[in-house]
Amino acid sequence: MPGPMTWRELPLGGALRPEQAERLRTGGWRTGVKPAVELDRCVDCLLCWLYCPDSAIRLDGAAFAGFDYDVCKGCELCSVVCPEGAITMVADDAA
Amino acid sequence: MPPEPRILTGGQAVAEAMRQIDPDVVPVYPITPQTPIIQGFASFVARGRAHGELVDVESEHSAMSAAIGSALAGARTITATSSQGLALMAEVVYIAASMRAPIVMAVGNRALSGPINIHCDHSDSMLVRDSGVIQLFAENAQEAYDLMLIATRLAEHPDVLLPVLVCQDGFTITHSAEIVRLVDDAAVKTFIGEYHVPNALLDVAHPTTQGPFAMPDYYFELRHQQLAAMRAALDVFDQIAWEYAILSGRRYRAAELYEIDGADHVVVCLGSTGGTVKDVVDAMRAEGDAVGLLQIRSFRPFPAADVRAALGTHERASVLDRADSPGGAPPLFADVAAALHDVPVELRSFVYGLGGRDLHPEDVRALLGDARKHAYVGLRGESCPA
Repeated sequence: MPGPMTWRELPLGGALRPEQAERLRTGGWRTGVKPAVELDRCVDCLLCWLYCPDSAIRLDGAAFAGFDYDVCKGCELCSVVCPEGAITMVADDAA
Repeated sequence: MPPEPRILTGGQAVAEAMRQIDPDVVPVYPITPQTPIIQGFASFVARGRAHGELVDVESEHSAMSAAIGSALAGARTITATSSQGLALMAEVVYIAASMRAPIVMAVGNRALSGPINIHCDHSDSMLVRDSGVIQLFAENAQEAYDLMLIATRLAEHPDVLLPVLVCQDGFTITHSAEIVRLVDDAAVKTFIGEYHVPNALLDVAHPTTQGPFAMPDYYFELRHQQLAAMRAALDVFDQIAWEYAILSGRRYRAAELYEIDGADHVVVCLGSTGGTVKDVVDAMRAEGDAVGLLQIRSFRPFPAADVRAALGTHERASVLDRADSPGGAPPLFADVAAALHDVPVELRSFVYGLGGRDLHPEDVRALLGDARKHAYVGLRGESCPA
């Protein structure tokens, strides 16, 4: 990421374009746990994708394709809504 | 041919300006003495003479919130309030300035509670002094009308993009009928032009996130953007006022000088009191007393360089504030004193007219001869030391 913007470089009133938000690595705020998946149990219902407040669920077409830890905050919603119990929370530093 | 002169109150004159501007959205909540502005405009909407959406919100907090949403969505937006209404809006007024929403707000200045009161002073405007909104003060109904048209251009100018408050003294202007010369409807349309904001929320082809959270690493820079816009606003005001003068024959300046040449004593004030002081200046000049007036049209941004140029060569200035700051300097005095900090002008501070107490010409004469450096004009009992 480039260095912090000056007041002249900042968009007027802080109005952000999507590409500027995409650069933010807000996963650094994570709570200390992150989701992990057992792919064998995933049925691609995409409830996790629907519920995730941070758009941290990656898709491959209409199929579940993992987590984006750069933006995941560790809120655990995905693990709660998963009907198959395929998502569990693990320590942030787990492999 | 310009329209025939009309007999209008300040409130009616501003309603006429709103009819001519024909904003897309007007979110408002009624409060004395702003009410005639909104009654007048609502009547135009009801009769099909104005075409915008009049939104009856449930409070002034909601009015200002709706105004931000519509102004940033891409709709020209005007609102109006007074006193406690502006106080209730205050937290959202700061947000409007920060989000650079070019909202025009007509203010019928009225004292803040308490004690509860409905009459004029400037404590309501001063409450949002530091919010980042532009504040223009009218002397009479004609000026209130003219400043609404200028404010629309000023708020929307790409170098400015800030809310603009057009302040008129409650009752003294809002409810007093006088001759007002309107500009032709079509000429107003041409003068104000099309509404445009750089990042309209409804421009779905170019989506933006607006009003984001800003931590210590960015809050400071975003605040500074408002300062830059305020600085630009003085020049932009002058340029628009010049264009408006061609249209109307009436030329406005951020700091207006009246009979100031050779004056050894200059009065500085805001609002309708300027009219009273002009009468006193005329009478005293005829008697051989060299007095003058510096009337501040644009309180924010404050035209410090103009004030310095105007007052720097005079012996004495008396600053009249229609608001005070218990335990500190009254707001207009504070700005004048800061502008003259290294200039040897004898400055005096008078607080007058709180809660609508009248300031008569003889009061102005008396304060010009007053030996004190600080006083509350017409207070029963001695003023406490500043």
